[in-house]
Amino acid sequence: MPDVAPSQKEQSMLLQKEMISGHYDALARAKDEGKKVVYTFVPGNLTELMRSFDILPNLPEINALQSGMRKLSGGYISEAEKHGHSEDVCTYVKCDIGMLKKGNIGPTGVKLPEPDLLLLSYTGCFTFMKWFELLRQEYDCPVAMLHIPYQGDGKVHDHYRGYVIEQLETEVIPKLEAVTGRAFDQDRLRASLALSAAAEDDLVYVLESARHRPSPIDAYFGGVYYIGPIFSAFRGTEEGAAYYRALRREIDQRVAAGQGPVTPEGELETERFRLVIEGPPNWTSFREFWKMFYDEGAVVVASTYTKVGGLYDRGFRHDPDNPLATLADYCMGCYTNLSLPARVDLVEQYVRDYAADGFLINSVKSCNSFSVGQLLMLRQLEDRTGLPGGFIESDLVDPRYFSAANIKNRIESYLQMIEQKRTAGPAA
Amino acid sequence: MKPELEKLVTRARTLFDDLDLEAVRSWKNAMPDRKAIGHLPVWAPRELIWAAGMLPVSVLGGGDRLEIIRGDAYFQSYICHFPRSTVELALSGRLDALDGMLFPSICDVIRNLSGMWQMLFPDLYVRYLDLPQNFDLEVGGRFWRHELEALMRDLEALAGRPISEDDLRLSIAAFAANRHAVHRLYQARSREPWLFPADEMYIVLRAGCVLPPDEHTELVERYLELAPGEAERQRQDRSRIVVAGMFCEQPPLGLLLTLERAGCFIVDDDLFLALRWPEIEVEITDPPLDGLIEAFLRQGALSASVYQPDGKRGAWLVESVERNHAEGVIFCAPSFCDPALLEQPMLVAALDESSVPHTQFKYSEDTGQFAAIREQAGTFADSIRLWGEA
Repeated sequence: MPDVAPSQKEQSMLLQKEMISGHYDALARAKDEGKKVVYTFVPGNLTELMRSFDILPNLPEINALQSGMRKLSGGYISEAEKHGHSEDVCTYVKCDIGMLKKGNIGPTGVKLPEPDLLLLSYTGCFTFMKWFELLRQEYDCPVAMLHIPYQGDGKVHDHYRGYVIEQLETEVIPKLEAVTGRAFDQDRLRASLALSAAAEDDLVYVLESARHRPSPIDAYFGGVYYIGPIFSAFRGTEEGAAYYRALRREIDQRVAAGQGPVTPEGELETERFRLVIEGPPNWTSFREFWKMFYDEGAVVVASTYTKVGGLYDRGFRHDPDNPLATLADYCMGCYTNLSLPARVDLVEQYVRDYAADGFLINSVKSCNSFSVGQLLMLRQLEDRTGLPGGFIESDLVDPRYFSAANIKNRIESYLQMIEQKRTAGPAA
Repeated sequence: MKPELEKLVTRARTLFDDLDLEAVRSWKNAMPDRKAIGHLPVWAPRELIWAAGMLPVSVLGGGDRLEIIRGDAYFQSYICHFPRSTVELALSGRLDALDGMLFPSICDVIRNLSGMWQMLFPDLYVRYLDLPQNFDLEVGGRFWRHELEALMRDLEALAGRPISEDDLRLSIAAFAANRHAVHRLYQARSREPWLFPADEMYIVLRAGCVLPPDEHTELVERYLELAPGEAERQRQDRSRIVVAGMFCEQPPLGLLLTLERAGCFIVDDDLFLALRWPEIEVEITDPPLDGLIEAFLRQGALSASVYQPDGKRGAWLVESVERNHAEGVIFCAPSFCDPALLEQPMLVAALDESSVPHTQFKYSEDTGQFAAIREQAGTFADSIRLWGEA
């Protein structure tokens, strides 16, 4: 998702940077060009539906993380706290509110347009609801609420799907029609969904390339760049589909050449540790955080964060033949909408599928949706896999909660533990 | 205190202190095959549980009476206290009397706690209860019906018997009577708060978390009769305040006592929503489930956990201030409580718009030091009186 590319870049990263930057420019021009803008969230985003109305999506989480990477978030968070927002709550929310209070200048330096609609896709995160209730007080615009049932028992029941479809039909689509003055065009939506499915195939191919030794990608630090277009404004677009075709070709070349992932300091030549990571990254010290891993030869071969905007590697694809049902299934299948036992199953499967040496949890203060239960996940995964787990704590975009020395120390100790177990052999 | 009131209060206090759920065990042991179902805040359809012949039990954490030994090992430092003590209660066997647990959708903590329960207690009936956030009778109503019917099927299987329509009607009536009694107590307290000390009223209401509805209704009604008979409970010059933010993790009793000692009368609060929802009358319909569904959907967003389609966040609080002739609002939110703390700026804006004074602080269910709170609440109460005279 970031568009601050590492100093050494893959071609795809440059392309991704260009696309995201172009989208911010398009947002800045939107009002002049008579385009409508909808604010919405990454998990459960309805990009294809919005695009079928020629709407430009603006994603506050992406703005927040981009602000974090550009060292702007600390000031925004302080601004929000000055306006009465508690120090205890999500820093994405406070970063967004603070940015708004300071003039709503987006991460690339261009002013963001006000929303014509807030599309509250209430998927996998309670805070989303409060976030848009707060924004509603700032903007004089309608809100479309889409309640996505949680997979409490690990299943998507038929009546869940029916409920989401009915909300799309009676709440979301009518409001998109009202805002744009256009009728819903199902054929346009189908065409867009077909493009999504093609991009999803290519993304999964890229993510699964990490099964190779060495892995040609880092599926967490590099992964957040790979998911950028599909998790934000480009799912269901020609541009998005082209990006994933190009990315796939690039990764194929790396596999053929037996190359490891590209890091900000060049290609990682020796893969010493293969890890699975659960939880979002820290954005304020992203590069420093990544360096703690690649300096030790640690490569992330699978991650859960790269599934918050869609769990495509478990088989889901947008289906043009069932446009509304497929949007419903997409929303319900996002990672943070899974039950905790299902999340443990998924990480365990990743550890096995990607032949990982261990797994590590980055627990972020801001996100209870991710964080609550992670200590139990750690225990369960250690029991099930027989591998040691690591646990570190940071935050998404609050620089006050990134203790570099402490985190580095924990990561090094954790990797040493893996090394010792490896040296001692399976009996250890 | 007169003996009869003292006896009633002592009983309520015993139930409040009963972290081992001895009262629930006694109820179960009184008849063969009785079962009890726990639920977390803020609300669950207790009528369905009771209609199945099982006792609904509101689990509200361990408060300041429980040493956390194992619970802390499951939660990071930045997560609220409530799940720690709830896990502690369960792992120490204190919740063994419960044959199932419902986790209503209120926040991501309780949501994920439902998954933790599934992993920690794989043999127990556990259900996440996704309350509808769409209030259209056709759309949200259909979803809610599916959810409630599924819950009823589960409860029937647990109870080993079907829930008849008559069972449900009787249960709905029993809880309507209970809500009515609770409502009357709130109204009486609002009229003459000096007659119903906050800590005493709290434990009387809290008894409803473990008692059968009829028994609790009787307790509340008797309390309403007895409390005004205490001669020393005289009118006092204190500030009338509404407290907001305490709907999930409960404040220690000492905190409520502190607020009153600091010169406040609590005239409304958002405690015990489980006993007060739906706030509108549940009609006895045919079939009876319809009335329950409609009442929930029509009651409006009375808690931070419920979406407010019209965007008028805080309207309920301003309305409460007006209805109860309150002079100010104290936001008492548990530390790290997402619903209460994310909501607070919107409520503050609503109060500011109506020129209602307010102050705020945070607590934890095991807070033991009240000096700072007393000072803050006292200053607030004094300032209200000064403004009122100005």
